Amino acid sequence: MGESQYSFSLTTFSPSGKLVQIEYALNAVNSGATSLGIKATNGVVIATEKKLRSSLVDEATVQKIAMLTPNIGVAYSGMGPDSRVLVRKARKSAQEYYRMYHEAIPVAQLTREVAAVMQEFTQSGGVRPFGVSLLLAGYDENGPQLYQIDPSGSYFAWKASAIGKNMVNAKTFLEKRYSDDMELEDAIHTALLTLKEGFEGQISGSSIEVAIVTDDLKCKVLTAAEVSDYLAEVE
Amino acid sequence: MSIFEYNGAAVVAMAGKNCVAIGSDLRLGVQFQTLACDYKKVYPIHDHLYLGLAGLGTDTQTLFQKFKFHHNIYRLKEERDIKPSTFAQFVSSTLYSKRFGPWFVSPVIAGLEPGTWTPYLCGMDSLGAIETAPDFMVAGTAPDSLYGMCESMHKPDLEPEELFEVLSQCLLAGTDRDAISGWGAIVHVITKDQVITRTLKGRMD
Repeated sequence: MGESQYSFSLTTFSPSGKLVQIEYALNAVNSGATSLGIKATNGVVIATEKKLRSSLVDEATVQKIAMLTPNIGVAYSGMGPDSRVLVRKARKSAQEYYRMYHEAIPVAQLTREVAAVMQEFTQSGGVRPFGVSLLLAGYDENGPQLYQIDPSGSYFAWKASAIGKNMVNAKTFLEKRYSDDMELEDAIHTALLTLKEGFEGQISGSSIEVAIVTDDLKCKVLTAAEVSDYLAEVE
Repeated sequence: MSIFEYNGAAVVAMAGKNCVAIGSDLRLGVQFQTLACDYKKVYPIHDHLYLGLAGLGTDTQTLFQKFKFHHNIYRLKEERDIKPSTFAQFVSSTLYSKRFGPWFVSPVIAGLEPGTWTPYLCGMDSLGAIETAPDFMVAGTAPDSLYGMCESMHKPDLEPEELFEVLSQCLLAGTDRDAISGWGAIVHVITKDQVITRTLKGRMD
């Protein structure tokens, strides 16, 4: 599939110069669960909503934040299965870099690699763009970093950002709360407050997922119990 | 006869105090027939990293072109020069990728690690097995005499000019005992702020 002469790209220009397929992909992102990230002086935090369709779902098996390398984590808003394709490709890309240089891939390089994949899927035949935006958090020689990658393949470095359903409100909230000298603990509190602000229903340790990347170059997805503790602190 | 001894080569690298030196002989021959005496076997990758390639002349040239190409791409992508230790791993994986039809080269890598400006020195075989050294590294067709010279002449923490002298004497004396290397030498001393390059005359016979 996709190799055939007749397998055109689905993403073609409209007469006005827009690529509507990419706009539809962004619609999918904007109707997905809210995710946000904050860069602190000594680390990065990313957090996302994890609402389950039914109380019968075994919540221990639902993982929304993925680790790409020991020092890079990623959260998504939009279509879960699409994000898993990107996570798989990103992990492979990171390992290929490690194999070649015996050195961990820099956060900016992994971002560029993933963005290149997403761009390719806006131009290739027989595929559609990814219905996800990613928030990539990492810590390397260049310090803590937070990147956002969109379905078009464009990427940005942020001090703090939000994607998904409640993006606009969350960003306004973050603009008010963010400060340049914020430490990781503060950033975690701000992240939880921001999520809580637009949260429908009861927020709890198991209804959101939080990951932190610290200055020891380790990314860690917090357990439900740890998240509950932080939630108790902000209340 | 080994293909590694087809053209003849001698490469030496030595670490000093916040500096590192690397040099090679200048002879290119086909077995015992000398064709040129201006054939340098040390190549610059960037200001703080040099690569010495002993072995089959055609392979060393092609490999250097590959590495230079790759480093140009690397610099565009990562907006920095490659670290010597990272470059060594890259050379190693490049060589091992041709495990069953190898490049007939013995690389020596000498450079200063960015930030600390400490010497990085290593050599490897044609399959990419890295051997790092704190003091000196040799490669080519005169290893026995070069090892002997380096073992007796080298001492730690030499200043750039002393290091140049020691390496040059080792290289010239070492190649005098080898029929297919010599005919002058080129030596680079890499320091944080500059690279000192000098061409030496040896026994031209």
